[in-house]
Amino acid sequence: MSELLIFERGQPGRSASAQFPRHESAHELPAQFVRSEPPLLPEVSELDVVRHYTRLSQMNFSIDTHFYPLGSCTMKYNPRGCNSFASLPGFTQRHPLAPESSSQGFLTCLFELQEMLKSVTGMAAFSLTPMAGAQGELAGVAMIRAYHVDRGDIGRTEIIVPDAAHGTNPATATMCGCTVKEVPTRADGDVNLDVLRELVGSQTAGIMLTNPSTLGVFDKNIKAIEEVIHAAGGLLYYDGANLNAILGKVLPAEMGFDVMHINLHKTFATPHGGGGPGSGVVGAGETLKPFLPIPVVGTTANGYRWLDEADLPKSIGRLSAFMGNAGVLLRAYIYMRLLGREGLERVADYAVLNANYVMVQLRKAGFDIVFPDRRASHEFLVTLKRQTKSKGVTAMDFAKALLDRGIHAPTTYFPLLVPECLLIEPTETESKQTLDHFVAAMTEILAEAASSGAQCKDAPVTTPVKRLDDVRAARQLDVRYQPPETDGGAQIVNAAAD
Amino acid sequence: MPFIPHTDHDTQLMLQAIGVDDINSLFDEIPDELRCGKLMGVPTAISEYEVGRLMRRQADKDRVELNFLGAGAYEHHIPAAVWELTTRGEFYSAYTPYQAEASQGTLQVIYEYQTMMASLTGQDVSNASLYDGASALAEATLMAVRVNRASKSRRVLIPQSVHPHYAAVTKAITASQSIELVQIPYDPNSGQTDLAALRSHAGTDITAVIIPQPNVFGVLEQVDEFADWAADQGALGIALVNPISLGLLRPPGEWGREGVPIVCGEGQPLGVPLSSGGPYFGFLTCREALVRQLPGRLVGRTVDRDGKLGFTLTLQAREQHIRRSRATSNICTNQGLMVTAATIYMSLLGPQGLRRVAAESHAKTRGLAAAAAMIDGVEPAFTAPHFHEVVLRLPVRAGAVIEKMRRQGILAGIALSSWYPELENCLLVCATETKTDADLHTYVQALGQQIEASRAAS
Repeated sequence: MSELLIFERGQPGRSASAQFPRHESAHELPAQFVRSEPPLLPEVSELDVVRHYTRLSQMNFSIDTHFYPLGSCTMKYNPRGCNSFASLPGFTQRHPLAPESSSQGFLTCLFELQEMLKSVTGMAAFSLTPMAGAQGELAGVAMIRAYHVDRGDIGRTEIIVPDAAHGTNPATATMCGCTVKEVPTRADGDVNLDVLRELVGSQTAGIMLTNPSTLGVFDKNIKAIEEVIHAAGGLLYYDGANLNAILGKVLPAEMGFDVMHINLHKTFATPHGGGGPGSGVVGAGETLKPFLPIPVVGTTANGYRWLDEADLPKSIGRLSAFMGNAGVLLRAYIYMRLLGREGLERVADYAVLNANYVMVQLRKAGFDIVFPDRRASHEFLVTLKRQTKSKGVTAMDFAKALLDRGIHAPTTYFPLLVPECLLIEPTETESKQTLDHFVAAMTEILAEAASSGAQCKDAPVTTPVKRLDDVRAARQLDVRYQPPETDGGAQIVNAAAD
Repeated sequence: MPFIPHTDHDTQLMLQAIGVDDINSLFDEIPDELRCGKLMGVPTAISEYEVGRLMRRQADKDRVELNFLGAGAYEHHIPAAVWELTTRGEFYSAYTPYQAEASQGTLQVIYEYQTMMASLTGQDVSNASLYDGASALAEATLMAVRVNRASKSRRVLIPQSVHPHYAAVTKAITASQSIELVQIPYDPNSGQTDLAALRSHAGTDITAVIIPQPNVFGVLEQVDEFADWAADQGALGIALVNPISLGLLRPPGEWGREGVPIVCGEGQPLGVPLSSGGPYFGFLTCREALVRQLPGRLVGRTVDRDGKLGFTLTLQAREQHIRRSRATSNICTNQGLMVTAATIYMSLLGPQGLRRVAAESHAKTRGLAAAAAMIDGVEPAFTAPHFHEVVLRLPVRAGAVIEKMRRQGILAGIALSSWYPELENCLLVCATETKTDADLHTYVQALGQQIEASRAAS
C-alpha cells in the first residue's frame, strides 16, 4: 500500500473550483508587491483530495483503530461527544478578540474549567493559555524564576531534574536561563534523597518532578523531597504528565508542589491529533499565583472577563497570540462534565488496575519487569536486556513485531537510564479482552525471540512500508517535493548528519 | 461507567490475577496522609444529552451575525471536506509519528505540508509547525540569534507595527535569553515602519530584523528596502507574513536583493476556524543552510528495506528528547491536526484558488474602506497600500461605536487605542472573501448610523 504525493495526482489547470471565488478580483497593488510565480500547490479535483487524504488516514495507527499502549502519552479514548460539542458554530466562529459581552458562553466554560482543575489538583489558580506540556513547563519554571527575582533573590538559577525525567524538563530549564543539575534515581525507582540533600543550596531555584515518575512508580518520599527543597529556599514544579494515575487519590498541592502543568491531551482525553494540538494549562499555589501567564478568566458582578497585565502586574506575560488552544480547553471541559466527580475518581482506579494487571500477566509470561517489587502506577517498564544479549532481539524489534499484530508499540528507549525498555500504559478505557490479546501477542513475540529472533528482526511486514532508513533520511535530507522537471531530483541538501 | 468497559466480573478476575482484594490496595504505596477526599469542586456527571444541551446554550450566547474582526485571526470559507477529513479518527486520535511504519499517513501529510509552505514562502525547508503565529515569531527570533554567530549583541529590531500580542509573546519567551528587543516606530501618515528610524541604527551590531507583511494595520511594508538594509547591516531578516496574502503577494524569499532567510507566521487562515484563538498553528520556514538551527519536528523522505519510498521524522538529534539540557528549544509537539487541515485546504484551493481568495479579500476591504470614507468624518488613517485590513479614523470614540454595532449583530472591528494610545478613534477592520456586497452595505450603514448617534449624544 502506498499513495502518490498529492502533487503527483494533479493536472495543470484542474481545480476544486466550488471552493473559491468565481471571479478573479482586480487589484491595484503596485507591481513590487505582487507575486510573479504561483506557489507549488496541487492542481486537483475535490474528489482527488478526498480520496487521497482518506487513503492517507488509512495508513495510520490510531486509538480509534488500534490498541495504543504508548507509555507516558495516555492514549485513552477521545469521546466523540467532546469533539461534536466543541465544534458547535457558536464556538468555532467566535473571534478571539470578540468583546466580552459577546463571549459569555465561552468565558463561562473556561472559568468553570479553571475551577474544576483547581479542585483536582489543590492549586489556588489556573491559567489556561499554555499550548502544550512543554509550554506549560516553560511557564512554570519562568514563574519560579520570576518569584525569586521579585524577592531580590537573584542567585537562584539552578533547576534540579531527576535523571529519569522527560527531555522537555531539562530543555525547559535551559530555555528559562537556568542551569540543570541531575539527581540520580535509586535502584527501587525513587529519587536518591542523599544526593538531593547535597545538591541543594542558595543557588537552588527549584526541582521539576513527575510523580508517579516516568519509571511508573509513585515516589514514596515525596514529602521528604519537599522538605529538602523548601528548606533550601527552592520551589517544586509538578510535571502533570502522569496525573492520570492519581486523579482523585492525591492532590499535587498536598504533595507540596508550588506550580504544575497538566497535559489535557493525556488525562482529560483531548485528541493527540497526530502530534498536537495539546494543552499544557498551568496551575499555581498562593505563592506563585501572581506570576501566572495572562490572560486568565475572572468574574465580576456583570459576568466573566479577561484578566490581563493590569490585573496581574507580576505575570510572566503572554505565551500565545490569544488564549491558547481554546478548542482543546472546551473538549477537556466537556470530558470533565461527562465524567463528573465520580467518573474522574474512577479514572485512576481503572488506569492503575489495567497497568498492574498487564504487568503481572507479562511477568508470568516470562518478561523482566524493571521494578517487580513495586506497584505499577498507570504504566510500568519492561526491559528486554536479556533478550537483546542472548538473541540480539531489541526493544525496537519487539515494538515493530507488535505493529504486525495490529497493536501500536509502547514507548521505547525511554526513560534513557533503563536499557532496552518498553514503557507500557494501557489506560482505563481498554477492556480486559484487549489487554489479554496484548499479553498473548507479547508472549508470542517472546517465543519467537527465544527461537531465532529472525522474524522480529524483519518486522514489520504488514505495514505500508518496512523499516525505514533513518540514516539516509538525515544524510540525504529530502524534506520537500520538487517536480521532476525543475531539477531531476528531490534531494535538496547533502550534508553530513549531526 | 462512562468510557470504562470493565464488568464487575472482569474486575474480580483482574484483582485475583494481581493478588489483591480490591482496587484501593493498588494505591498502597501512596502514604495515607497524602490521600485526598472527594473532588468536591467538580459537579456530578451528566449524560451526553445533557452536556449537549448545556454546550448549545453556551455556544448560542456567543453567536454573531457579521464579523469584521481580523488582527491576527481571519474568517475565511473553509471547504466542508477539510474538517470532514481532518476529524477522521485515524488522524484525530493518532499520536506523534514516532513509529514511522504505523504513521505513514500523518508523515506524508506533513511532508506535503512542508512542500507547500516552503514554496508559498519562497524558502527551501519548512518544519512540521509550531504552536501559533506568536510563538513561531519567538522561536524564529531565537533561531536567528543562534544562526547569526557573527553578531554579538543579541539585539533584534522589532517594528511597532508588529501585532502587540506577538511582540509580548516574543518578549515573554525570549526573556531569559538576554535578547534585547528594540522597537522601531511606524510613520504616522503611511502606517509603514519609519525607515529613517530604522536606518538610525545603521552601523550598530544588530542580530536580526523582524519584517511584518502585512503589518498589524493591514498595511504593506516596504519589504525590499527593509530586507536590503538588514542584509547590509549583517542582520538576519525574519519575515512575519499572512499565508493567504502569499497567494497574491511576493514571497519573502524574493524580497530585496537576496530574499529573507527565515519566515514565520500564523497558519490559521489556511482552513482553521476562528475558535476563540486556537488551536491554530505557527509556521516556520527557512533556507536550507539554516536547517540545523530550525526548531521543531521535521519529516523527511527516505526508503525502506525494500527500497520503497517512505517518510520518517528526521534530524531528531536537534530535539529536546535527545539533547535534553543542550537543546535549543523545548518544543516537543507540533500542531499536527491543524497542519492536516491546512494541507487539505491548500490542496482544495490550489494556486488559483488561493490567489482568488487573497485578491477577493483585498478587494472587499478596499470596497469597504471606500464606502466608509463616504461617511462624514470617516477617513483611512494611513496612506500606504493595504492587504485585507484597514484602519479607519472615526470622528467619535471607536469603542462606543463597536459596542452599539455589536447590539446590531455586527462585530465592527478593533479599537486600536487600547494597543496604540495615539490612535484615538481608530478602528481596525477586516473584510475577507466571505463578505458579500450586501454585508458591506449593512456594515457601512450601521457605522454611519452609530456615528451619527454618538455625535448627537455628545
